[in-house]
Amino acid sequence: MAHPISIINGIATLGRAVIGPLREMGQVSIFFYRAFLHIFSFPWQFSKVVEQIYFIGTKSLFVICLTGSFTGMVLGLQGYYTLVQFGSEGLLGAAVALTMIREMGPVLTAIMVIGRGGSAIAAEIGIMRISEQIDALETMDINPIRFLVSPRLAAALLSFPLLTALFDAIGILGGYLTGVVLLGISPGIYFSRVESSVKMNDINGGFIKAIFFAALVATICCYMGYTTHTRAGGFGAKGVSNATTSAVVTCCVLVLVLDYVLTSFLL
Amino acid sequence: MMVQPLIQMVDVHKAFGPAKVLDGVDLSIPQGQITTVIGKSGMGKSVLLKHIVGLLQPDQGQILFEGQPLAAMKKAERRRLKMQVSYMFQGTALFDSMTVFDNIALPLTEHGRFSKKEIRRKVEEKLQQLDLKGIENKYPSQLSGGMRKRVALARALVTNPQIVLFDEPTTGLDPIRKSAAHSMIANYQKRFDFTGIVVSHEIPDVFFISHRVAMLDEGHIIFEGTPDEIQRSRNPMIQQFIHGLEGRHDHLTGFVPPSQGMEKFTREMVRLQRHKIDFSLVLLRVNNLEVIDELKDHEDSQKVLQHLANHVQGCLGITDTCSRVGLNKIMVLLSNSDIGRARMFCSELAREMEMKKILDIKDPPRACISVSAGFAQAMENSDLDRLIQQAGSADNMFYEFRVC
Repeated sequence: MAHPISIINGIATLGRAVIGPLREMGQVSIFFYRAFLHIFSFPWQFSKVVEQIYFIGTKSLFVICLTGSFTGMVLGLQGYYTLVQFGSEGLLGAAVALTMIREMGPVLTAIMVIGRGGSAIAAEIGIMRISEQIDALETMDINPIRFLVSPRLAAALLSFPLLTALFDAIGILGGYLTGVVLLGISPGIYFSRVESSVKMNDINGGFIKAIFFAALVATICCYMGYTTHTRAGGFGAKGVSNATTSAVVTCCVLVLVLDYVLTSFLL
Repeated sequence: MMVQPLIQMVDVHKAFGPAKVLDGVDLSIPQGQITTVIGKSGMGKSVLLKHIVGLLQPDQGQILFEGQPLAAMKKAERRRLKMQVSYMFQGTALFDSMTVFDNIALPLTEHGRFSKKEIRRKVEEKLQQLDLKGIENKYPSQLSGGMRKRVALARALVTNPQIVLFDEPTTGLDPIRKSAAHSMIANYQKRFDFTGIVVSHEIPDVFFISHRVAMLDEGHIIFEGTPDEIQRSRNPMIQQFIHGLEGRHDHLTGFVPPSQGMEKFTREMVRLQRHKIDFSLVLLRVNNLEVIDELKDHEDSQKVLQHLANHVQGCLGITDTCSRVGLNKIMVLLSNSDIGRARMFCSELAREMEMKKILDIKDPPRACISVSAGFAQAMENSDLDRLIQQAGSADNMFYEFRVC
């Protein structure tokens, strides 16, 4: 029979394992709530939001175009050889468009932006934390969440849907390239299938996902950087590298989890 | 009636995990003065400052502002208080992705209380005052350590705060810049009349600018008093700390540190009392260092002091001792000498200085540099303070030397 103390220790460990993540989730939620509210607080931070849109959005255009086109092309290739077995290669346009708009567009855009912009956000805020720049803001009575997080959150909320739309469009053109140009499907059929199969609900669903992912990615990346100093070994360059790695890994995993949850509600 | 201190820490405790950093700190900060907190590295001096500015909360105990507990203040009151406090970080904490101008302007721009024109005016005024003109478009990483400190000071002062906290403001600076930073703090404190709290290791330099000194050790304040009182304290821990840090020579002037000057005085007094061997004291004072600070910059005024020190060294006998007794004062103890030798010493120095320019900087300030010398002979019942006072009084002033 197990000793009572070891049972109590086991329960305590279990409790800690549950309470820790729950507490962190609560803290992230409060962090998001405060950052979101401060987007609308006066004085407006218009120039900072534009600067962040440039950083998160404009600077991601190339990578989004590149990944979007290859994703569309590979979907076209795979889709064609699957559909041709059933003699329904004419449906390729619909298959590529729906996959891109409902799933691949929002998810891959989010993952690309996490890699390019999210990691940079976590590192930048992490360095500001360890070099006491965030403390300096507090001593100047400047709310660091409003100053650092709100513009990035606002920029992400605006950029993600637009980048997703671009990813979708480029992906559909990529599918066209393999399906029509390389494998010889009729261009008219490809686009007529795209037009007939895609409903407004699909596009809305994709945008809703993009907005949720934007909130998730901006919040987690900023939060990881902001709390660099509170983590074990969270000092100096190593602390920043830990924060950046955690931000990227956590965001990627949570994007996929959230994608499943959102899809189950949206379908 | 006892004057109410501006800030009071009452039995403040703070621990980080198992490490107790503050263990019942009691400290009073009087208004309109500079209070320096000294203590060994890692003893929690910066932690103490961060409690005052509200970056850290005590685990136990209270911090009172004008008698009112900080913890009991309403949000609006706390914000009002925060607006009056500035903090100069040890590592400057400048925003490395912003220009010098934007860094200094930041405390003004973010609250939306000033127009762009007003902000520009205020920032340019501070740039001018701190001799930072011409670098406003540079980034902090393009500046030297001394300049970064000045930018941080400009940012701390741009809101005209009533309380300024300096966390090791001179760490990593060379002797002239170190001394310049101290004189800058002292000058601005006089000019803007703020309450300054300085955390520093720079002994004895900080004693010249401080009105009060507190020593933190093992989480407690083990001493609180004037710079004179701490230098005379018989507590071995304090003496060991002060002597350990002050070094064998004053880095700026090459003179012995003040404590050795005091020891020499005590030895000379014993010789005078036992063997009737006279000695005298000469006090040299650069009267207008602040004017040079304003017209040139703080580094030039320190160079003036350094050059004066070099001239004085040249006139010293082998048994004479020289040390600084203030930001602009030098004390010379002439062994085995009566008042006649002191007068001769002053004459010789005056001749020496007439022949050479005291200031070797390329572009001299548009003001005369005025050095005065006074002397006094020690009596059997003299004490150092009285003798310095006597030498500095108008009756004993031998000359006032001016280089224009």
